[in-house]
Amino acid sequence: MGPEDAPRPGIRAWLTDDVPQSRLQARCVQAYLAWRRLAQNWLAMVGLSIVLGLILMAIFAPLLATHPPYEQNLQDRLLPPFSAGHWLGTDEFGRDLWSRIVYGSRISLTIVALVAVTAPLFGLTIGTAAGFFGGIADNLLMRLTDIFLAFPRLILALALVAALGPGIENAILAIALTAWPPYARVARAETITLRNADYISAIRLQGAGPPRIILGHIVPLCLSSVIVRVTLDMAGIILTAAGLGFLGLGAQPPLPEWGLMISSGRKFLFDQWWVATVPGLAIFIVSLGFNLLGDGLRDVLDPRSAPR
Amino acid sequence: MTGLRQIRGDVARGLAARGTARLAAGGRRSLQLLPVLAKILFSLAITVLGLLLITFVIGRVVPIDPVLSIVGERASQAQIEQVREQLGLNRPLMTQFAYYVRDVVQGDFGKSLMTARPVIDDIARFFPATLELATLATLVGVLFGVPGGVLAAVHQGRWPDQSIRILGLFGYSMPVFWLGLMGLLIFYGELGWTGGPGRLDASNELMYEYDVPSVTGAVLIDSALAGAWGIFRDAVSHTVLPSLVLGYFSMAYISRMTRSLMLEQLGQEYIATARVKGAAEWRVVWVHALGNAMVPLITVIVLSYASLLEGSVLTETVFAWPGLGLYITNALFSADMNAVLGGTVVVGLVFISLNLLSDLLYRAVDPRAR
Repeated sequence: MGPEDAPRPGIRAWLTDDVPQSRLQARCVQAYLAWRRLAQNWLAMVGLSIVLGLILMAIFAPLLATHPPYEQNLQDRLLPPFSAGHWLGTDEFGRDLWSRIVYGSRISLTIVALVAVTAPLFGLTIGTAAGFFGGIADNLLMRLTDIFLAFPRLILALALVAALGPGIENAILAIALTAWPPYARVARAETITLRNADYISAIRLQGAGPPRIILGHIVPLCLSSVIVRVTLDMAGIILTAAGLGFLGLGAQPPLPEWGLMISSGRKFLFDQWWVATVPGLAIFIVSLGFNLLGDGLRDVLDPRSAPR
Repeated sequence: MTGLRQIRGDVARGLAARGTARLAAGGRRSLQLLPVLAKILFSLAITVLGLLLITFVIGRVVPIDPVLSIVGERASQAQIEQVREQLGLNRPLMTQFAYYVRDVVQGDFGKSLMTARPVIDDIARFFPATLELATLATLVGVLFGVPGGVLAAVHQGRWPDQSIRILGLFGYSMPVFWLGLMGLLIFYGELGWTGGPGRLDASNELMYEYDVPSVTGAVLIDSALAGAWGIFRDAVSHTVLPSLVLGYFSMAYISRMTRSLMLEQLGQEYIATARVKGAAEWRVVWVHALGNAMVPLITVIVLSYASLLEGSVLTETVFAWPGLGLYITNALFSADMNAVLGGTVVVGLVFISLNLLSDLLYRAVDPRAR
């Protein structure tokens, strides 16, 4: 499963110590125990391997790809899967589908990473501020959140992309702008339960101001529920990005974005089925991976919210 | 979802506490409803205003100059100024926004560049098809999702539970447009069991346009009302696939929620009481437990209906279904901002109303939430 399982009693004992000697050790023990619980869930492990596979694929794309992703070869157009040299077949310009899928993983991962960093950050800021200060600030900020929640996400993203112009950067911006409200909700709920805790009063008596209390003592405790949400959201982000690509509003040709590839394969659906099918399978497998991992992480990090 | 439910519970509890306080103070029952209603209406108004503000801002940042698209590139400065004034673009932003709100309240979204008709008329024409599809899909979702969720809860941890969980996970992970394409490929292209894209075959499309009076705008209902059974049969064969595809996603959500709601109920003491009294197991599950789970389930179903309106954008594109989603995407490519924003506002309003409806239904059905 990992280096932890290697028979090194020294490290194992240090990691499972009941009486940690330092803060670092306490954190390591926590992380190790969480990992052990996660590792028992085989579905979560399947999800984790899919996600790791995606990351490795993106890193080693030039090694894994059999052809340059943009190389057109009109003699070999629309070859079926398992043809010589093109094991997933080729598209209408004779580009190798496998190579394009491999390079497409970089685009998907970029979109997911950018949205998964910006949206939770923004949501956390709004949510913790609303929950901590209460009163008018809470009312205003949560009203804003509600307004964004009142919009169907894809429709809002569509309207934003329409205004900003199609393209992958604007698609990322639109998805991030529609993805933050749930994080604000979660962070606010957590903050309200924490706000009046004794340890917050203690640090306040020591003279800590709001920024320090929020950043140092509230945000870290919101993180586990936010991480769970992020992982579960990643599948949704991939699907939205693919949907925008499919509609022609996200990544633009000739980028090997998976949703865009499905949309170009749509023209040959009934005669050359693989052109649309293969990228769809890639999206499906990757989102499934994120969903499985997110489900497993939720059981470990945030057992209260698990649907049992 | 749990977060949402928790928040709803908090609100309900707060309201209940306030209600008893007022009752203790001698207030009359009919009177306590008013402040609650006023509060709901106020927050509704704020939300709608916010929605309009967002669409207004989106409309302002568009790189397409609305004046240039009317007068053309070679217009004189005087002409440009004149059109600017006609469109009200020379006024302060706040005033422009006030005019925008006034127009929307009057149902005026401007004219569509694409169809050269008022946007509101277009929406009235395209919306029934979307509603038809979303309604059928919700029916599919409820018919399969509720029993599926109940079965999963009753057999928790065993194969019915696992298979329904996997089915649901697939639903959460699959791009709806891809599933639609695969459905078309297999059931229309290979097997020929269903109709292809569109609401009707091309030959029936004209017949429908001229011979069938448009009562509701939904083909299935209109053709049945007119007794045009040939068209009805054709419409059914075209509707099956998109409503099953969209319904699958609704099923994934409904079955998951039903399962957790049922598990919550089955752990309650009244279930044990019912069993001890000797009630048959099917009665305990399907009448006692499901009856109580039904209350929050209604909220879930209404919310899934709302999310289907959104999922329909992609589904309609794949199936060439002439609904609001297809209208909005087509408008996007013609740079027809009036139509895009009009459609967005209408979908947003429907979304807000459905959310409100689910809230009110919850209050009406569950006496504890009053």
